[in-house]
Amino acid sequence: MILVTLPTHLRALARVTGPVELAVGEPVSQRAILDALESAYPMLRGTIRSAVTKERRAFIRFFACGDDISHEPADAAVPVDVASGTQPFRIIGAMAGG
Amino acid sequence: MSEVRVLVGTRKGAFVLRSDEQRKDWTVEGPHFPGWEIYHITGTPSDPSRLYVSQSGGWFGQVIQRSDDAGKTWEAVSNDFTYDGVPGTHQWYDGSQHPWEFTRVWHFEPSPTDPDSVYAGVEDAALFHSADGGRSWRELSGLRNVKSDLWQPGAGGMCLHTIVLSPDDPNRIFVAISAAGAFRTDDGGTTWRPVNQGLQSGDELPDASAEVGHCVHSIAMHPSRPDILFMQKHWDVMRSDNAGDSWYEVSGNLPSDFGFPIAVHAHEPDTIYVVPIASDSHHFPPDGKLRVYRSRSGGNDWEALTHGLPQSNCYVNVLRNALAVDSLDSCGIYFGTSGGQVYVSADSGDHWLPIVHDLPPVLSVEVQILP
Repeated sequence: MILVTLPTHLRALARVTGPVELAVGEPVSQRAILDALESAYPMLRGTIRSAVTKERRAFIRFFACGDDISHEPADAAVPVDVASGTQPFRIIGAMAGG
Repeated sequence: MSEVRVLVGTRKGAFVLRSDEQRKDWTVEGPHFPGWEIYHITGTPSDPSRLYVSQSGGWFGQVIQRSDDAGKTWEAVSNDFTYDGVPGTHQWYDGSQHPWEFTRVWHFEPSPTDPDSVYAGVEDAALFHSADGGRSWRELSGLRNVKSDLWQPGAGGMCLHTIVLSPDDPNRIFVAISAAGAFRTDDGGTTWRPVNQGLQSGDELPDASAEVGHCVHSIAMHPSRPDILFMQKHWDVMRSDNAGDSWYEVSGNLPSDFGFPIAVHAHEPDTIYVVPIASDSHHFPPDGKLRVYRSRSGGNDWEALTHGLPQSNCYVNVLRNALAVDSLDSCGIYFGTSGGQVYVSADSGDHWLPIVHDLPPVLSVEVQILP
């Protein structure tokens, strides 16, 4: 199972209080994780990536194993520790404001 | 005794204010959806427990919430506002062409008879309709056939913010767009035409009387006289006696004819309300005095309503969706400010009381009367 953490607003929208667990088939990529996430929590459609183009929203970042993988190709494999469920796939609202 | 329910959308959540028909003692419920911008929360005339909410933000985009139990529980319904066909381009601030991009829903207008039928006005400007309570949306794209390459964004974006459904003709709808103007359909939304004759926008447009491009801020109608419309334009308060075919100015003795909302008294079709703002660059009331102006003659002759409103050092704004009237015998008037106050008058504007002082900046105010 893949672990996904959501920012506060999206946890409230999805009505979860902690990380969500998702079954994601191989190969595990950003696109596969987001497809599974939106399938399990349809209220999140359009909030992380465009519902039409599937492009990541501008103020969303993806972190994994201490790295920012936001700009990795959507179909690239995520780190092994994320794919194995050891580490979470972290969806972050970008820092903005001051 | 009736219950009064005021639905307030703010920059940081939605609030529900409740009172009885005396409208003196209020309870405040919320925030719903804390931290999100609530451009509009409104009830459905044919089912007051059915609420629609536009919930949005720069990080996570647009969410549409629906409640079937007056806000006790909520369901996120479809946020898929896909433009029909190739969206094309509109005019950008610098006069260049810019692609059409969906940003948010500004306004819902539910059908008076069917709680599942609701219109949504969006930015970039377009009109959508749902026949299934928000589970899917379809654009009425004929609207964008009306010289939309000449439409341009106002300071708040290029938004379709006003939707007026004709009470005597289900095929007639008026919409207003900043900055494109007013438009009317007489065939249920298939074809549209601009209804801007008589508007003058010499400070904003190269052709002051252009067919499209005017920054219309709000339109109001009394249901007993569906051919008479009142408009708060960027500058100028306007009136049409022929369903928008032509307009004439009724700003009269207002201290400023810039403003955002306009409303009509529930029982007096010639009694209208505006909130003058000093200018488009100031966005606060003239002289630091928060004054609602009332005309009992359908315009031109205006009186300041000040009792209970701050008359010094007040520099708030009242936005286009933030003025509402109720239908009680003694008509109630409500408005919310950019300073987070919501005021009520239970006597048609003669006296005002603050319901709350310190909400986030108010974006929209709607009122429901419940049996």
